Amino acid sequence: MEAFGLYNYWIVIFLMMSGFYVVIARGNLVKKLVGLNIFQASVFVFYISMGKVAGGTAPIIAEGVETYSNPLPHVLILTAIVVGVATTALGLSLVVRINEEYGTVEEEELAGKDPAE
Amino acid sequence: MSHHLVVRVIAKFLIPFIMLFGLYVQFHGDFGPGGGFQAGVIFASAFILYALVFGVETARKVVPDWVVRTGIALGGLIFGGTGIVSLLKGGNYLDYSALKADPVAGQHIGILVIELGVGITVASVMTAIFFAFAGRQRKG
Amino acid sequence: MAATIFMVVRLRNLFAVVMLGGIYSLLAAALLVVLDAVDVAFTEAAVGAGISTVLALGALSLTTSQEKEPSRRPLYTLAVLFVVSVTGAALIFGSLDMPLFGDPAAPIHGHVADTYLAEGQAATGVPNIVTAVLASYRGFDTLGEVMVIFTAGIGVLLAFASAQAGRKPDDEVGGGEDDE
Repeated sequence: MEAFGLYNYWIVIFLMMSGFYVVIARGNLVKKLVGLNIFQASVFVFYISMGKVAGGTAPIIAEGVETYSNPLPHVLILTAIVVGVATTALGLSLVVRINEEYGTVEEEELAGKDPAE
Repeated sequence: MSHHLVVRVIAKFLIPFIMLFGLYVQFHGDFGPGGGFQAGVIFASAFILYALVFGVETARKVVPDWVVRTGIALGGLIFGGTGIVSLLKGGNYLDYSALKADPVAGQHIGILVIELGVGITVASVMTAIFFAFAGRQRKG
Repeated sequence: MAATIFMVVRLRNLFAVVMLGGIYSLLAAALLVVLDAVDVAFTEAAVGAGISTVLALGALSLTTSQEKEPSRRPLYTLAVLFVVSVTGAALIFGSLDMPLFGDPAAPIHGHVADTYLAEGQAATGVPNIVTAVLASYRGFDTLGEVMVIFTAGIGVLLAFASAQAGRKPDDEVGGGEDDE
């Protein structure tokens, strides 16, 4: 069946939309960041699944192996993961700072809390 | 968590192995899976485990702030400096073939050195971020 | 994975959400091993399930571990669901034109990947092509990524350090008196 070969994209889309839903539907900033991480991981899986070659193995050159998966997406995602955690940490630190200044991490309660300066 | 005897003993037992594994991943990254990014994270997780079990203050004595902060910059400098060295040796920026007479050996050395730079930066940044979070008092 | 996601969406206890996020990362790492990306899976397991979970727990201990009931109208949730479903449907429609899973003739395999695989070991002496591409062929990219991590680390330190420095003068105004 032709269309069944696209299932990897559908898994990714499901994960991506779940993350998207969490990001826009929830007001808690920490939960938004978890949602962003889910979204991010779905993009990782998307890239890697694009690079998969049927019957291939990991791209480490060895004797007697002919087919390798595409190494390029692996490289891009490898760095993206570490950069992702660094930026997530930055986001979390901002959330902590927001909590210190405003006493809440709920988006609704934050609205209109800015001091009128 | 420092009052749990089992956790403390096991952590003491595990941390050297985690660090050894981190070094293995760092310097064996050219033959097996691994490299600077993974090794940095593993190394940082050894410090984080230490800080979780023995307290952040003790961990800060083991790895003082200036070590962590120097590490953050040092890794980037090693990476950038490798590029400068290859410039000085007559190649392009980050062209490791110029590092040695034999281009393949030069490439190999270049890859190992910049992976080391990556590893130092990642490990230091992760440790610094964890210390920044863990050393903070709760407010509000 | 789907079950983990569902629970992440449903649960309001942020502690459980963060732990489930870690489990999700670990499952993603297992999936990446199946997809031949051992290097990436390694990183994802160490970073996603390890460091980022610990950091999120640290952030929780500094903020709150319970999400508040939303006071939003159900209409808003419906609108969000609508937006998400329409976007998802559009993406699925777009995926119909994509190459099949594991197809060796897909466009992504047609550019530089073959060169890397064919010449990588001879040119760099490194059998792990991912490392070779990461450090040598795309050294500039990696230098940029390292600088991003560097900047993020500095950013976290500054976000916390400036707060401590700025707090001292206005301690009497408020803010610093409820240190537990």
